[in-house]
Amino acid sequence: MTATLERAERQAQTPALRHRLAERGVDRQLLLLVPALLFVVLLFLYPFFYGLQLSFAPEEGGPLASYAAFFADPYQRGTIWITLGLALPAALLNVLASVPIAYRMRGRFRGKRLLTTVLVVPITLGTVLTAQGLLNFLGPAGWFNKILTAFGVDEPARLVGNYWGVFFSLVITGFPFAFLLILSYLSGIDPTLEQAAATLGADWKQRFRRITLPLLAPGLATTFCLAFVLAFSVFPSAVLVGNPAGETRVLALAAYQAAYEQYDYSLASAIAMVMGAVELIVIAVVLLWRSRLYTGSTGGKG
Amino acid sequence: MVALQPGKRRIVASPAAWLVWGAVAFFLVNLAGVVGSVLVSSFGTRWFGTWLPEGFTTNWYADAWRSFGLFDVVSVTLQVSLLVVLISVLIGVPASYVLARRNFPGKRLVYFAFLLPILMPPITYGIPLATVLYKYGFAGNMSGVVLANLVPSVPFVILTMTPFIEQINPSIESAARMCGAGMRALFLRVLGPLLVPGILAASILVLVRTVGMFELTFLTAGPDSQTLVVALYYSMSAAGIRAQQSVDAMAVIYTSTMLVLLVIALRYVNPTQLVARVKEAPEP
Repeated sequence: MTATLERAERQAQTPALRHRLAERGVDRQLLLLVPALLFVVLLFLYPFFYGLQLSFAPEEGGPLASYAAFFADPYQRGTIWITLGLALPAALLNVLASVPIAYRMRGRFRGKRLLTTVLVVPITLGTVLTAQGLLNFLGPAGWFNKILTAFGVDEPARLVGNYWGVFFSLVITGFPFAFLLILSYLSGIDPTLEQAAATLGADWKQRFRRITLPLLAPGLATTFCLAFVLAFSVFPSAVLVGNPAGETRVLALAAYQAAYEQYDYSLASAIAMVMGAVELIVIAVVLLWRSRLYTGSTGGKG
Repeated sequence: MVALQPGKRRIVASPAAWLVWGAVAFFLVNLAGVVGSVLVSSFGTRWFGTWLPEGFTTNWYADAWRSFGLFDVVSVTLQVSLLVVLISVLIGVPASYVLARRNFPGKRLVYFAFLLPILMPPITYGIPLATVLYKYGFAGNMSGVVLANLVPSVPFVILTMTPFIEQINPSIESAARMCGAGMRALFLRVLGPLLVPGILAASILVLVRTVGMFELTFLTAGPDSQTLVVALYYSMSAAGIRAQQSVDAMAVIYTSTMLVLLVIALRYVNPTQLVARVKEAPEP
């Protein structure tokens, strides 16, 4: 008797549980999320933790030996600063240069689409064409130095095979991305807001500082983060137009050499983890700074 | 718009505007120099220290096509990127639908999990990923390249599609459900057609990204599964083996492929509307 009652109760509870879950937003529709989650777990999280574990399991020495080896060697340790020294200025330049250009490109004018396309085209260049082009154009016998000579400069400027070559390639590949993002964030800001401010007598400086800039801040932070990620993972151009043994020996290169030239997968994973950590720290700082400024709708979506 | 008209005129003449447009022009001139020098070099015969090469020829293209086995490389590139696009859309769009419409415990965590692969530099997760793929016998062939390239692509589709789906009025779905449409009918008949522009935009962007993705392909490709970027990198970093002009010719082929893709993309997608819907003044 009691058993049947219990069963009946349980039966009554089963739908109740489903209902309660549904109330909290869990139901069959969430199954649509499963393939994507499975994918992230299998192809991203699992390899990531595998690498993390590998970095703590070097062939000899204690669990921290790979990290110790990396940080003890100034040649390896220096790659962190080299990478930051390339990526931070390049990302900053790309984002900051995009703002005034995008600001002038809002609204309609003749040739806007053409200009946007021309500014976006460098996305298609690819690292190798950029590298070849920089070598041809900025090299000692390239057009750029020929023009400098024509203007009476004696020494040809050394612009490739060092820091500057990589920096220029980062600007060429990174600027279109930053510009496109900033342009879309800027054009997402409702123009009527500025018109209202203009009606109240704000000049363009005030309108920019008090309305556009605060609304743009989240977009700026996001764009900077993405531009930074792009520049931080620089690898092929550091080899092709830089000086991969010295000045532009970036973290990615160090990790690659550890894995595929020394076959020390533990050290390679350790360098990869350091790389990820340094990058996430920078991004966290940017996002923290951004959260102090303004939180709320950008007025963009909707 | 009327209020901004006088401002617009002033902007054209102001010194700040001249500065900005001057900087743009300087950037574009140098860019043209970079691209032009490769283009000229790829058609040039001998070019040593003069303004222009001694003569012009198209031999380098034929040479590049033959000696690199470019047909195979291009077909691998196309297969890989089309597969990546297809799979990432199939996995990504349903997930972005759930993320756009539903609230559930742990949603922020899920979102963060999708964000991480985009925020991490490809080399960081690429090296462990390649190790794992080699362990299970996926790397060194095309499946490994496709799997590795999916890692940033699926989150990319999710992150571009979520705001897009958010912009579709949910009452349309409610109406369809009222009329008795199930999940499948809802997706195929109602949401599908509305999502086509967004899916197209996301696919083309994924395509461009995959064709251009160097690191992941570089780490996982075997000799038969190199895409164009990786083949180019090898031919350029092994300097001295290939004539420089032949590499130039190949780079031009790569860039024109990408350019065609981008031009197609720009016909369907207004690049400025990717992140946010834009309120623009209506056509006069």
